[in-house]
Amino acid sequence: MPVTDRRILLVLALVLAAFPWGVRAVGAVSHYLDVMVFAGIFCIVNLGLSLLMGFAGQISLAQAAFFGIGAYSSGILTVQFAWNPWAAMPMGMVLAGLVAWLVGVPALRLKGHYLAMATLGFGVIVHIVFNEEVRWTGGPSGLVDIPGLSVAGTPLRGEIAWYYLVWGTVLVALVFCLNLLHSRVGRALRAIHQEEKAAEAMGIPTARYKVQVFVLSAALAALGGSFYTHYVAFLNPGSFDLMWSIRFMLMVMVGGMQSLWGAVLGTVLMTFVGNEWLQVFADYEVLVYGSILLGMALFLPDGLVSLKSIPVRGWLRTPRSSTEGTQR
Amino acid sequence: MTAITPQAAEPILELDGLGVQFGGVVALRDITYQVPGGIIQSIIGPNGAGKTTLFNCISGLLAPGTGSIRFRRQRIAGWAPHRIAALGLSRTFQQVALFAHMSVLENVMVGRHPRSRSGFLATGLRLPGMRREERELRERARSILDFVGLGDLAAAAAGTLPLGQQKILEIARALATEPRLLLLDEPAGGLNTRETEQLGELIQRIRGRDTTVILVEHDMNLVMDISDRILVLYFGHPLASGTPSAIKDNPEVIQAYLGDDWAESSAASYTSLDNHPGR
Amino acid sequence: MDSAWLQYVFAGLTTGSIYALVAIGYNIIYNVTEIINFAQGEFVMLGGLLAVFFMEGCRLPLPLAFAAAVLAVGAIGLAMERFVIRQARNASVLSLIIITIAFSILLKGSAMFGWGKDPYRLEPFTAGGPLLFGGAALQPQALWVLGLTAVVVVLLSLFFRRSIYGKAMLACADNPNAARMVGVPVRTMVLLSFLLSAAIGAAAGVAITPISLMEYDRGALLGLKGFGAAVLGGLGQFSGALVAGLLLGLAEAFCAGYLSSGYKDAIALVLLLLALFFKPEGLFGSSEAAKLKRF
Ligand SMILES: Nc1ncnc2c1ncn2[C@@H]1O[C@H](COP(=O)(O)OP(=O)(O)OP(=O)(O)O)[C@@H](O)[C@H]1O
Ligand SMILES: [Mg+2]
Repeated sequence: MPVTDRRILLVLALVLAAFPWGVRAVGAVSHYLDVMVFAGIFCIVNLGLSLLMGFAGQISLAQAAFFGIGAYSSGILTVQFAWNPWAAMPMGMVLAGLVAWLVGVPALRLKGHYLAMATLGFGVIVHIVFNEEVRWTGGPSGLVDIPGLSVAGTPLRGEIAWYYLVWGTVLVALVFCLNLLHSRVGRALRAIHQEEKAAEAMGIPTARYKVQVFVLSAALAALGGSFYTHYVAFLNPGSFDLMWSIRFMLMVMVGGMQSLWGAVLGTVLMTFVGNEWLQVFADYEVLVYGSILLGMALFLPDGLVSLKSIPVRGWLRTPRSSTEGTQR
Repeated sequence: MTAITPQAAEPILELDGLGVQFGGVVALRDITYQVPGGIIQSIIGPNGAGKTTLFNCISGLLAPGTGSIRFRRQRIAGWAPHRIAALGLSRTFQQVALFAHMSVLENVMVGRHPRSRSGFLATGLRLPGMRREERELRERARSILDFVGLGDLAAAAAGTLPLGQQKILEIARALATEPRLLLLDEPAGGLNTRETEQLGELIQRIRGRDTTVILVEHDMNLVMDISDRILVLYFGHPLASGTPSAIKDNPEVIQAYLGDDWAESSAASYTSLDNHPGR
Repeated sequence: MDSAWLQYVFAGLTTGSIYALVAIGYNIIYNVTEIINFAQGEFVMLGGLLAVFFMEGCRLPLPLAFAAAVLAVGAIGLAMERFVIRQARNASVLSLIIITIAFSILLKGSAMFGWGKDPYRLEPFTAGGPLLFGGAALQPQALWVLGLTAVVVVLLSLFFRRSIYGKAMLACADNPNAARMVGVPVRTMVLLSFLLSAAIGAAAGVAITPISLMEYDRGALLGLKGFGAAVLGGLGQFSGALVAGLLLGLAEAFCAGYLSSGYKDAIALVLLLLALFFKPEGLFGSSEAAKLKRF
């Protein structure tokens, strides 16, 4: 991992650790932590989406479905089968990964518009299943009484505990993804994005890599879904519909989908926008999302991190010995 | 020209009855040809003769309609390109196809893909074996950059290089796969005279590293200077093959290149081939 | 029970016509630009809701309201091309996809803002009870839908065969560079394709609203199913789209009737996925020709 990324990681970890005290000093304590827990959960989902879409260049409009598969796996296994939540969590990841593999093998042979439509169709089908399989999911009226998480026998209570758990997980996932990117695998993914035919001719099994990164993104989405389940303790298919897939895409785009830092930044920002300020005018919500997405796609396709005037940049910039190329 | 006599070496590539059709267009028709190991084999022919299509078939980007391809004794027709690459075949592209947003060094490191192994878990968790491999990969990539003379540009973004250096970088990336057979599709296209000379010298050094080279090129000076053998394609079919001097004097070839009017005139010699209207 | 299947046939042909019209809309834009317009379904939704607005809000008579809704959505299609798609001329495919999705969300959001989340109804074009055929009931409005589809198909084929604009559009579809060189104003043709396909979507929306109501969030599903029809029929092929749309409608109606009404919406999507995975060139296309296309 290059020095720049290490520095940002360090700063991020410190800021995150200090954040709870910061908001306490300002006053409104618990509410901002609550929003941050959601932001962290969505970050886990969006790290995977950023790898898939920003780096490997494969669009997916099914991330909400994988998020939902993780969420319902945790919900159903703990409520109806009395599983330990910590055991249900990896189960959900495996299940989502398996489904992603089954769908991904044929779907990722498609490109561009066709891939987008295929993942879109798949996402809608999964949403219909959540609605219809009332016996398992509770259908539209939802799945209730989902147990919370406990660590070492102590139940996790209050936002602070959740905040540290979720963001700790985000940091671990972030390190994993950064390692991946600055390696043979990451280079292969970027190569597939930039010049697929040359990547294939240089010995990269492009089909296999696309499916693998799709599976990874699904597993991360499912992990986010499991946390979501145990945090809100209530599930309803509305949280996993097409609009959520588009929200995830928007979060990644706002920050900049060709950078994991962009994914984190955009996710936190848009979660605050969604939870804090859009609540005021609920009827505009979709309209505002559409406008932001369109504006970003047209005028700032590489997201906020591509703005050159971010003041901290100078400090973070490494001496010019780095051999990592510019990210697209 | 070289010590290696084509007949003596075992063929590294054998084409048998190869044919490709695009809708109604016959791009390649019944090509049967063998390339002995260790030589520089050139393929020439007018625009649209099917040279690039032939490369696409051999490297697996295009499945041939008919016929078979044997590379290092394996029947590779229908294989995925990455498998063929792993078997020791690499190529460059007529239209530069670098990873424009990666650094020069990273481009070459991507070329080492088939000679390294770490997967998602090993790289994500930074297991010790992966770190060693990454270091080794970086060193090999640097030495290849030095070999082609791009060592100073390792950190530059590939897309920002001038065309001449991009063409060389494509060769470096291809060399990183450690090919036994290297296909070069018009590497001199867009290069000036000095660069072309250096390219010719580079290609000869590559052959010296026990790598067979197949060169598609319109620059006749280069082709005549460094080739051991030349195959002439004309409308997707072999028209002639032989040593550079034999091809140079072949009346059929001269006619194919320059049309009937020129065929009779004695001006149709080496130099006019050189200035043919191709590119 | 005996006449149930006939009932399903009626229902299937009616919704199938709508899918066919949506598919034709995709094809028109795809043929000229190779773009799949993710906002296609929103045109249908807007057509229906605007017709409601013009009839109930402005008290226009039906033919005028119909025309006004079609024109208004056509204008939205024009604006989409002129101010959004053209802006993104050099964008990557990924960006283009995101841009048309964003525009569809924008339209959906506007509809939600304008009409709220409730479904709206529209009076049938002609009054009168259902016609009975062997025990199955056929709504007069269904006849209107079928008739509209027939008229659109006939007019479109006349347009493409006879009019200079239609021929020019087909030329763009064939080979835009060659078309440009012989003097076809490709930009105008692109603009025209968005206008036409938005208008056709809107007409479908107006016609279906009396049968199935209309609400702000119906666009995505209509768009997806219409895309299913377009793929099954072979992307870019009008007659294929018509046949595939009707087949899709029938499949859906029979699934709803005999298997499960809850999964009615899923059946078309499953067919879409199967088509994309195993026969992306469509039911009637040859895989040879499909290889030359880029998917
Ligand atoms: N993907 C394709 N689809 C349809 N036709 C093709 C395709 N690729 C090549 N062709 C046709 O096949 C023939 C051979 O083309 P090819 O590119 O192999 O020629 P070439 O010898 O490499 O020419 P040049 O010297 O210009 O590079 C041409 O007629 C070309 O138009
Ligand atoms: Mg060529």
